[in-house]
Amino acid sequence: MEIYAKGMGYLQLNEAVRACTDNRISIRGCNGQRFIACASSGRQIDVHGVAGNGAGAYMESGVLNVYGNAQDALADTMNGGEVYVFGSCGDAAAYAMRGGEVFVRGDAGYRAGVHMKEYGEHVPALVIGGRAGCFLGEYLAGGIIAVLNLQNSAQALGEEAARGMHGGRIYVRGGINVPLPDCVTARTADKEDMCVLAGYLKKFCAAFGGDAKKLAAEEFTLITPANKASKRLYAGN
Amino acid sequence: MNARARAEFEILKDASRCIDCGVCEKQCANGVYKKAADGRLLIADEKCVNCQRCVEMCPAGALKVIRNRNTPQSDGNWHLRAVREIYRQAETGGVLLSSMGNPCDMPAYFDRIAVNASQVTNPPIDPLREPMETRVYLGAQNRQITRGRDGKIQPEGKALRLEVPVMFSAMSYGSISYNAHAALARAARELGTYYNTGEGGLHRDFYEYGENTIVQVASGRFGVHKDYLNAGAAIEIKMGQGAKPGIGGHLPGEKTVGDISVTRMIPPGSDAISPAPHHDIYSIEDLRQLVDSLKEATRYQKPIFVKVAAVHNIAAIAGGIARSGADVIVLDGWRGGTGAAPTRIRDNVGIPVELALASVDSRLRAEGIRDRVCLVAGGSIRNSADMVKAIALGADAVYIGTAALIAMGCHVCRSCHSGRCNWGIATQQPELVARLNVDEAVKRLVNLVTAWKHEMEEMMGGMGINAIEALRGNRLMLRGLGLNSRELDILGIMHAGE
Ligand code: SF4
Ligand code: SF4
Repeated sequence: MEIYAKGMGYLQLNEAVRACTDNRISIRGCNGQRFIACASSGRQIDVHGVAGNGAGAYMESGVLNVYGNAQDALADTMNGGEVYVFGSCGDAAAYAMRGGEVFVRGDAGYRAGVHMKEYGEHVPALVIGGRAGCFLGEYLAGGIIAVLNLQNSAQALGEEAARGMHGGRIYVRGGINVPLPDCVTARTADKEDMCVLAGYLKKFCAAFGGDAKKLAAEEFTLITPANKASKRLYAGN
Repeated sequence: MNARARAEFEILKDASRCIDCGVCEKQCANGVYKKAADGRLLIADEKCVNCQRCVEMCPAGALKVIRNRNTPQSDGNWHLRAVREIYRQAETGGVLLSSMGNPCDMPAYFDRIAVNASQVTNPPIDPLREPMETRVYLGAQNRQITRGRDGKIQPEGKALRLEVPVMFSAMSYGSISYNAHAALARAARELGTYYNTGEGGLHRDFYEYGENTIVQVASGRFGVHKDYLNAGAAIEIKMGQGAKPGIGGHLPGEKTVGDISVTRMIPPGSDAISPAPHHDIYSIEDLRQLVDSLKEATRYQKPIFVKVAAVHNIAAIAGGIARSGADVIVLDGWRGGTGAAPTRIRDNVGIPVELALASVDSRLRAEGIRDRVCLVAGGSIRNSADMVKAIALGADAVYIGTAALIAMGCHVCRSCHSGRCNWGIATQQPELVARLNVDEAVKRLVNLVTAWKHEMEEMMGGMGINAIEALRGNRLMLRGLGLNSRELDILGIMHAGE
């Protein structure tokens, strides 16, 4: 089913989406309406235009395609399913995401992938085709973030990446020339590391074009938490 | 070198009564008692937290725990606590960690407020003879009355119905035990009120109490997913906590085991860190976005609470929250309890809930938006009088945490952070958890709240008030005792005798 979003507020639009019984819904003329596919499960929702804040928040399963840009808080606390953004996304993407996969063809804004975590078979993944803004992967507790920097910009990451990271892995194509905090270590990804990433690269290229094999053969830097406990010492009182 | 000086308590064992049964050794998880090779009982006073477990369990009544009579020198400035804390830090280099609420001897405004009663002109009401309304609704305020085609009034949204204006405040599964959660959930159902999951997710076994559950969403978003959000009757966004404003949470990896990890949805043994801020909230607009996204995720069926710690600018902050679309604002005062908080934060940061509540209520009224939201006050409501005073200062309902724990058997030993609660409450050790009898705890919780309800009805009756609505924000019913004019202004009450 197709829904023409022009002139609709987000309440109205989301109500229309919820009321729709089809498993495939296409939203045309989307112009920043918020919370599309919020807590959605088992459906494919295609957004033509700009998806507003909180698209795919708490998403359970299914697919969200955004043929355009997504604004802030994309995939907030997402639990499962797949999100493809054909443009770029705003700030705080994939905040506290626990499962599912988010692919952004372009750049991601500030604070992408903050406090993502994994659990059981849920391993969340955030793949950013372009660059990531400051504070990428802060407090990262689990899951995978990949920054592909396909435009070969001088800086793939903004400042303050991986602050407080204590789990998960961040892949960055090429080297990293911003300082990283003490709680992490960075090294060149080896074969085994690349095996983990290969599947996601494949999906990325299948959606947005490109040669996944060639990409996988390139050099990636892998950031992982340093082993030393970052815990502050407490004294019971 | 300071172990003896640090010992806060000493244990007196009456040898003439002791039957040498070994119960004390078994009961004390802090390892105070140890049988030596020669059969003598060794007692390590400095490990004792005065939880009274051994005293209660000793079949011969042979034990007493008293304040240590041996104290290092102290004076009016270098009081004992200050000296002992320095010893602790000098030994460990650690940040001091405490539990339960701020114990410092600072003014409790509730104790300086007197409640009114009717005499002669406005007769008191006898609650035994006449109906008293203690029911309150938290949630959509139905400011506009709209009727459907059938002529019936259509509600604006959902509201929680509380038979008594008391709820059990957020205590996560992890900070307290499975049995403690089970007791709170069952008691809430029996009482027609609500308990709060805290930020640790909701154990599968407790989904059945959903109608009496408030699920919490904190910065770590642990255990938050669609089913969880829809499982409760309401959702609470935790922005802050009275015991540790501005501080996040940290459940160490040793505690995220078994069911705790399943419920929090993190791998066993991994640290559960709740960052101090929500990293997607930097403004009221951002908060509004979280409120809205939660409403979307639950199809506008759940009232949204926003819990904040009482801090200096609380009135302005609450004004913003009231405009964020939240249905209920929870104010948590500086005496609020905690399973673990840095001592210095707990004892020095934040403000008393009485002042916060009064100033928020006044501000919202002045701005004409008080009826957009409900107010819930927490942070050391100790008895029904505190509750009545809180309601008269402007609260719709109160949250109790510590009082509920005490009802279940907590002996306020303030060592929840050790994870060795001898009463089976703030612990995850199975043999300790088993000590908390759930049926018994439910009964005691129900008794407590029922007793408070009766007391409240009596106080209300005395004032000539027969419904909570007439008490809410009715500050004419309160008078201050020994408060200065600034304090009276903020509380919005007159001095006794006026
Ligand atoms: S910690 Fe509790 S059980 Fe142990 S000796 Fe002290 S009072 Fe007794
Ligand atoms: S809950 Fe347990 S550890 Fe905490 S104060 Fe009460 S008795 Fe002590």
